[in-house]
Amino acid sequence: MVIDVTNRPDHGLADRIAAHAETPPLHERIADIAGPVVIEMDGLSAYYGGFRALHDVSFRIPERKITALIGPSGCGKSTLLRCMNRMNDLVHGFRIDGSMRYRGQDLYAKGVDVVEVRRRIGMVFQKPNPFPKSIIDNIAFGPRVNGIKGNTMEIVERSLRAAALWDDVKDKLHQSGLALSGGQQQRLCIARALAVQPDVILMDEPCSALDPIATLKIEDLMRELAEQYTIVIVTHNMQQAARVADYTAFMMMRPDRAGELVEFGDTDTLFTTPRDRRTEDYITGRFG
Amino acid sequence: MPREQFDRKLREIHDDVLIMSSMVEKAIQRAVDALRNRDERTSNAIISDDLAINAKRYEIEELCIHTIALQAPMAADLRNLVAVLFIASELERMADHAEGIARITLMLGDEPLPRPLAEISEMGTRTVDMLRRAMTAFVERDDQAARAICDEDDVIDTLYDTAYHAIIQEMIRNPADVQRLTYMIWTSHNLERIADRVTNICERVIFMVTGQLEEINVSRY
Repeated sequence: MVIDVTNRPDHGLADRIAAHAETPPLHERIADIAGPVVIEMDGLSAYYGGFRALHDVSFRIPERKITALIGPSGCGKSTLLRCMNRMNDLVHGFRIDGSMRYRGQDLYAKGVDVVEVRRRIGMVFQKPNPFPKSIIDNIAFGPRVNGIKGNTMEIVERSLRAAALWDDVKDKLHQSGLALSGGQQQRLCIARALAVQPDVILMDEPCSALDPIATLKIEDLMRELAEQYTIVIVTHNMQQAARVADYTAFMMMRPDRAGELVEFGDTDTLFTTPRDRRTEDYITGRFG
Repeated sequence: MPREQFDRKLREIHDDVLIMSSMVEKAIQRAVDALRNRDERTSNAIISDDLAINAKRYEIEELCIHTIALQAPMAADLRNLVAVLFIASELERMADHAEGIARITLMLGDEPLPRPLAEISEMGTRTVDMLRRAMTAFVERDDQAARAICDEDDVIDTLYDTAYHAIIQEMIRNPADVQRLTYMIWTSHNLERIADRVTNICERVIFMVTGQLEEINVSRY
């Protein structure tokens, strides 16, 4: 045999692969998107008091697509997600630099109605958090406080159907939302978000507290919802991002601990031929 | 952070691919030598050894499938395993071509070669060399070397052309030798196909390194 198998280059990420995936210029790492843009960030930095949590993030979220934010813990994924509907306003000392626009409007401009922002840009959290009320009340609460007119039962049924929960709960609408299984509770929270007719749904690790079957149900649901809504999801589960997202943004913590966007592109490309070495290392499990 | 378990698996798979490629290399070289030396015994051995090559291919496939299922590789790791799946299949088919040449030797029996092997010998030496270097490019993840090897397929095509036309002329001159001369065409065609498959392996090496799927050198045959 001619090739000496005992003395050959390392099987780790070889230099030659590295040459194809070092750190190309920013414009090559942040893909432009086709079609309408819903949310657009430009040079966005976020601060909690003196601590800079996000560093100069710029990319665009496409309409009626699922965009996943991935990256190691502490890289600013959730901070970025929460900037998209001003959820961080509730944190003392929080401020941003740069711009965050929703359908062309500056979300952080003076006079912006934050309640209206959160109605249009809804949120689903990591742990299912239904109100300790009946299923109906969970759904009807949002429309009621937002002054949405219409037949409450119609809204409840439409929202529960859209969240693929109607068949499970139609006979027990007056039971407590807390009596449902974890997966059902999360779908109830999604139904609750849908009831106020949002445009965008932000999901912060929506499946991390669910078993694999409930997770797959939520993922299927997300694909269905993406036909009508724009979805942004933060996930630690890379396989989940690969399965559900149309676009993926990879973030990392800089040496100064601020999170930065390393690469953004369509999910197929990002998971098969990432442009940046750091993305490659992260998704192949060699970093983090 | 290294992935010890995965990297060890990948090393095992690469070792198997190299073992398989050396088996194939040997089969091609021996098949051409056996034809030249009219060595029926070696030809029979090549035919029976092909079973071991087939088995190796399935072994590699199984290892790749298990590793993909259990380790969920991504990006360069995934491309690496996918490339191996294709390379193993190409190697297996190359061995079939070598087996084809061995069968031709058996079919010729005691009859003399209808003409000197000339181009066939050179095609054999060159294809084995191309295969060896393609596997080195695979191991070293050298896409540039892989590209250069693809270009060499043109030399094999030219040798095949030369052999083909010379054999046809020979057939016209000596119609009684047509059958034996047909065997010579088959032999050179087998070698020409082996070189094409080396090109396919090189394309997979390029895919593995760069993520680009491209047809590098389209054979004329």
